[in-house]
Amino acid sequence: MMYVLRQGQIVGPSSTRVADVLVRDGRISDVAERISAPAGALEIDAEDCWVGPGLVDLHTHLREPGREAAETIESGARAGAIGGYCALVAMPNTEPALDNVALVSYVLDKGARTPLDIAVAGAITQGREGRHLAPLAEMAALGVRLFTDDGIGVQDPSLMRRALDYARPLGVRLAQHCEDESLAAGGSMNEGVVSSRLGLVGRPALAEELMVLRDIELVRLTRGAVHFLHLSTARSIQMVVAARLEGLDVTCEVAPHHFTLDERACAGFDAQFKVHPPLRTATDVAALREALRAGLVDAVATDHAPHSPELKDRAFDEAPAGVLGLEHAAALTYEALGATKSNPVRFFEVLSRGPARVARLRAADHHPRHSAHGGDLVKGEVANVTIFDPRIAWTASRDELHSRARNTPYDGRDLTGRVTTTIAKGRLVVHEGKLV
Amino acid sequence: MINSIRGRNLLTLNELSDTAILEVLDTAELFVEVNQRTIKKVPALKGRVVASLFFEESTRTRLSFETAAKRLSADVLSLAVASSSVKKGESLRDTIATIDALGIDAVVMRHQSSGAAHQVGGYVPHVRVINAGDGLHQHPTQGLLDVFTVRQVLAERAHAKGSETGKELFTGLRVLIVGDIRHSRVARSDIAAYTALGAEVRVAAPGTLLPASLEEWSVRVVDDFDEALEWADVVGVLRLQRERGTGSFVPSLAEFTETFGLTSERARRLRPHSIIMHPGPMNRGVEIDSAVADSPAAVIERQVSNGVPIRMAALYLTVTGTPEEKTS
Repeated sequence: MMYVLRQGQIVGPSSTRVADVLVRDGRISDVAERISAPAGALEIDAEDCWVGPGLVDLHTHLREPGREAAETIESGARAGAIGGYCALVAMPNTEPALDNVALVSYVLDKGARTPLDIAVAGAITQGREGRHLAPLAEMAALGVRLFTDDGIGVQDPSLMRRALDYARPLGVRLAQHCEDESLAAGGSMNEGVVSSRLGLVGRPALAEELMVLRDIELVRLTRGAVHFLHLSTARSIQMVVAARLEGLDVTCEVAPHHFTLDERACAGFDAQFKVHPPLRTATDVAALREALRAGLVDAVATDHAPHSPELKDRAFDEAPAGVLGLEHAAALTYEALGATKSNPVRFFEVLSRGPARVARLRAADHHPRHSAHGGDLVKGEVANVTIFDPRIAWTASRDELHSRARNTPYDGRDLTGRVTTTIAKGRLVVHEGKLV
Repeated sequence: MINSIRGRNLLTLNELSDTAILEVLDTAELFVEVNQRTIKKVPALKGRVVASLFFEESTRTRLSFETAAKRLSADVLSLAVASSSVKKGESLRDTIATIDALGIDAVVMRHQSSGAAHQVGGYVPHVRVINAGDGLHQHPTQGLLDVFTVRQVLAERAHAKGSETGKELFTGLRVLIVGDIRHSRVARSDIAAYTALGAEVRVAAPGTLLPASLEEWSVRVVDDFDEALEWADVVGVLRLQRERGTGSFVPSLAEFTETFGLTSERARRLRPHSIIMHPGPMNRGVEIDSAVADSPAAVIERQVSNGVPIRMAALYLTVTGTPEEKTS
């Protein structure tokens, strides 16, 4: 199949230009001002739209194996495609956890049968129990480039140090969910004014910041590499930015819910707003947006966390934490970057180039299993392309999701900008906003 | 702010105006008289069905609510949670749907989770929900009966009827609440009620038993509990909730008693007119000394008695009324 993407704004690493793109046999065949469509090519109108490298999500909970009622690799991939994603990094907190070669292979093989590239983040410790290292080298040999116990951080500093020492020569990065459980345990929302009024036990910002601080110091000690997952406070971002300036190998992501919603959303006791780390203060939300615009974060990552309705229906303190993210992340990022004032270069930087760099999925990374992501649209590469139309106004609805789960905190929220086209692994997956 | 609970759910006192609170107090005053009759019953809720759902153990509040409902001639459906399908894993939504299917007008519910009554309000919008205590959040009828009791005592001293005094007796009234503020839904409701009526509220507690943030609360933390006792017109002693693990927030119960217990020695600092309150059940010898609890200054039994007319008023107003518009 051939596709001609007509007159879109091609978003490069530092500027945009209007051009046509020809995709032939799954690869970028030409990028030029005007391309005459070969016979049989499907012409896709991209005028006034942003055409860039396919989006990459560093943080997706696909729930398979173990909790297929909430999501499967296949349904998660569909939701991802609708959101403009061409590659997802599957988190290892499945049941059982992805802590060995057999389980990682299972997810990679199932992922290969979806329209997207499904990369895997392996567990740092066996069973994510925080006691013994998982076989990182064996999993790295399969192409695993990120390791995390996400859902919980590695609590024991000596174990984290050992993991960093072990991971360094393997050339892989540890991704940390930063929350000190001794400070956060039992809490279900941000500790502060609102939690005090609602009588909900809080998870203090300090629980996150203390672990960010600790891991920065462990990186300094070990010269290892850490990726900070879903940073939610102004102070966390400041510390990571300072560490990066010192030359430490630290990267970070922010999640859409943390830069669009604050703790006041919990006031109605609706567990759709329960997430770990929790929604923070309005000041933190503003700081995260500012950091995004200033280019201080490497990636926007969804922390897409599907849960069955009966679990999210529980009382706030008893419900599981997590919200859906894949299908609304692009529009929410556009909003946070300043809507009509947002910079398309920055948009693709945080949604594609940055995360591909962290996940080691770029062309230069020569990933053994996945096609190249997060680069320029150059001739010969496998086509991973997303078209975003910043003019479309729409309303998020829990009834129009492609995920198996329905736990979006954005039901009824007005959004601007929508992915109209996703070409992943060379195939047209989403056309005119719908799955092909 | 809400200016009347007529036709509305009673979930929290935080959003009630002084007008709304006074309406409940004045209505309760009428029901006090009913409770003094030989035949303690009025037909106000005849034919109405009140479901009493206590997901958390409670004897006094449950008895008080069920007595109130019966004195209004309502039929009471009482769910014994320990023997119900909740123990078999049934969700709150399904439990409520099942009870609702039997045909009910109101639900009185207590739950161990903050916000559970709010959730139920969303599930059955046609049924009035009265929060009888949710987690650490609110216990509205306790807050109402506490201000009712204070007004009753002060009005008697002034040889007036409570309803004639409105909120006048609360102006500048000095209220000291002591103990486990952090884990107390009673404290949250009490503070809302007292401050709405114009009282000045101060709190005394070990640092670990204060909420994480008092920024939104119109209260002051006292530096010296003993001095504050000399300041107070009303002392509200809270229960130390050992069942919520409060024990680990203080080094020992003995030290808590030593520093924040209302001991006999400390009670001597109180001024002669001061009122001592406790929501019960008491840990005698921990937060309050037995002799203090039984002293004339203590109105603890009166609080219990007033629970019935306050809950009659709450049921009557929420079930039979039509909601008014909110004001900001």
